[in-house]
Amino acid sequence: MPDGGEPIPLSALQHAVYCMRQAALIHLERVWAENRFTAEGQVLHAVADKGGGRKARGLRRVMALPVACVRLNIAGVVDMVEFHPAGNGTEVAYPVEYKGGKPKLHRADEVQLCAQALCLEEMTGTAVPEGALFYAETRRRVAVPFDHGLRNLTETTAAELAVVFSSGATPPPTHKRERCRACSLRELCRPEAVTKPVLAWRSRMVSCLLAEGPGA
Amino acid sequence: MKKLLNTVYVTTEGVALRKDGENLVAEVEGEERARVPLHMLASLVVFGPIHISPALMAACAGAGIAIALLDRNGRFRARVEGPVTGNVLLRRAQYRVSEAPEPVVRSILVGKVANQRSVLMRALRDHREELEPGDRDAITAVTERLAFILRRVERSDGGLDVLRGAEGEAANLYFSVFDNLLRVPDPDLRWKGRSRRPPLDPINALLSFLYTLLTHDCRSACESVGLDPAVGFLHRDRPGRPSLALDLMEELRPVLTDRLALSLINRRQLRAGDFEKRDGGAVVMSDDARRTVLTAWQERKKEERLHPFLQEKAPLGLVPYLQAQMLARHLRGDLDAYPPWFWK
Repeated sequence: MPDGGEPIPLSALQHAVYCMRQAALIHLERVWAENRFTAEGQVLHAVADKGGGRKARGLRRVMALPVACVRLNIAGVVDMVEFHPAGNGTEVAYPVEYKGGKPKLHRADEVQLCAQALCLEEMTGTAVPEGALFYAETRRRVAVPFDHGLRNLTETTAAELAVVFSSGATPPPTHKRERCRACSLRELCRPEAVTKPVLAWRSRMVSCLLAEGPGA
Repeated sequence: MKKLLNTVYVTTEGVALRKDGENLVAEVEGEERARVPLHMLASLVVFGPIHISPALMAACAGAGIAIALLDRNGRFRARVEGPVTGNVLLRRAQYRVSEAPEPVVRSILVGKVANQRSVLMRALRDHREELEPGDRDAITAVTERLAFILRRVERSDGGLDVLRGAEGEAANLYFSVFDNLLRVPDPDLRWKGRSRRPPLDPINALLSFLYTLLTHDCRSACESVGLDPAVGFLHRDRPGRPSLALDLMEELRPVLTDRLALSLINRRQLRAGDFEKRDGGAVVMSDDARRTVLTAWQERKKEERLHPFLQEKAPLGLVPYLQAQMLARHLRGDLDAYPPWFWK
């Protein structure tokens, strides 16, 4: 676990933006459940994770590139990085992350991509101004500029994750309950149950059972 | 909802179990008798001399399918376990709480005493007319005493010794009228008090056998949520004893096993002739009787009930898993207490 050395996995940042409890369940408690979305994601990544590289239209493409950022203590693998020639022999990294489904309203995918960019910046020493998310369902690339706001969100998320991981405590479910409906961990997380006070419930149940006794 | 997967029970002596592709295959003298896809399987329980191929053991261990080896009478002998699952933080939390187990024990006993009482009340309700007035009064008196104990367990701030005392008292009361719940005239099928290792009469033999089956399911439930089945709260640690599985069973026993035993006898699915007395007084079930019990057990596990805390319908066979999950959530600090399973 990421206290004192072990880097935070890049995918955890994406989970954390969606729901900090989801990130803790997966990375701290090590529970996992497949649903349709995650299973499709696996298939998609099996293709992208083969690694290697190829040349296309004058740019260099590297598949499944391991990256890390020491400053933020994060690490992971980028599905694909394009290296665009920038004149005088230098290159600019352009991360591309493959996602199942379609563009989402929350910023989880963008944060994961931005974290990859922060890693690439530290590793190459060159600014990474933009990357892209490729969505399987729409078969479209969505360009993501790494602006100040997104960089900020990514860095605070990494910092919050570090606190959760080192504390070992799983935070409560997200207040945005519509996210629970699409979450594959719902059965393991039990968002409705864990917010219910058990002692009060138990005492009510006992009173209720005692009220229907033959002696009552 | 997690699916209630099958448990395969193998009772025929000389069966050889092997893996064929992604299937479990049962053979007798080289001839295939049954075939079950592994992905439909939650666990495998074998009784007596059954051969299991190493390839099948490895596949089960890898897929999280629990294998238990019991002797012909259902006594636990061994199990095959894969890599340790779950996470170390949960286990540490479990060990910490086991040092000061009173709140968890209180919940378990609230559930147990409430369910013992519910079993008696249900018998009074359903069979009021058939019960002798003396039996009826005795059962009613016990339900009243159990109500008193339940209130004490729920509210007193006494420590672990007080709780354990209350449990013993409740068990004595409950079993003191167990014979009044048997509605068959056969003098061999009477209840004369609890005996184990070995059971000395048919009812005890039946109960012990059912407890073994429930222990197996509770142990699998603990393991599947990442809890250590050996470290309990109510049951003290003893090498080789699945104390946590036994804890989890306490509140389920009156409903899942005791009631099933009563209906198997009262519906005359089992008769005195299904049991055999050995030298020294031990009573064992015939092979046919064991098969009858296993079928009834499988059927009972499919019955659906509303889970009182989760407010979801779930088959009875999944209750050990759901309770283990609630216990894990409590140990991790999500829930302020362990919610008992109440049967109504």
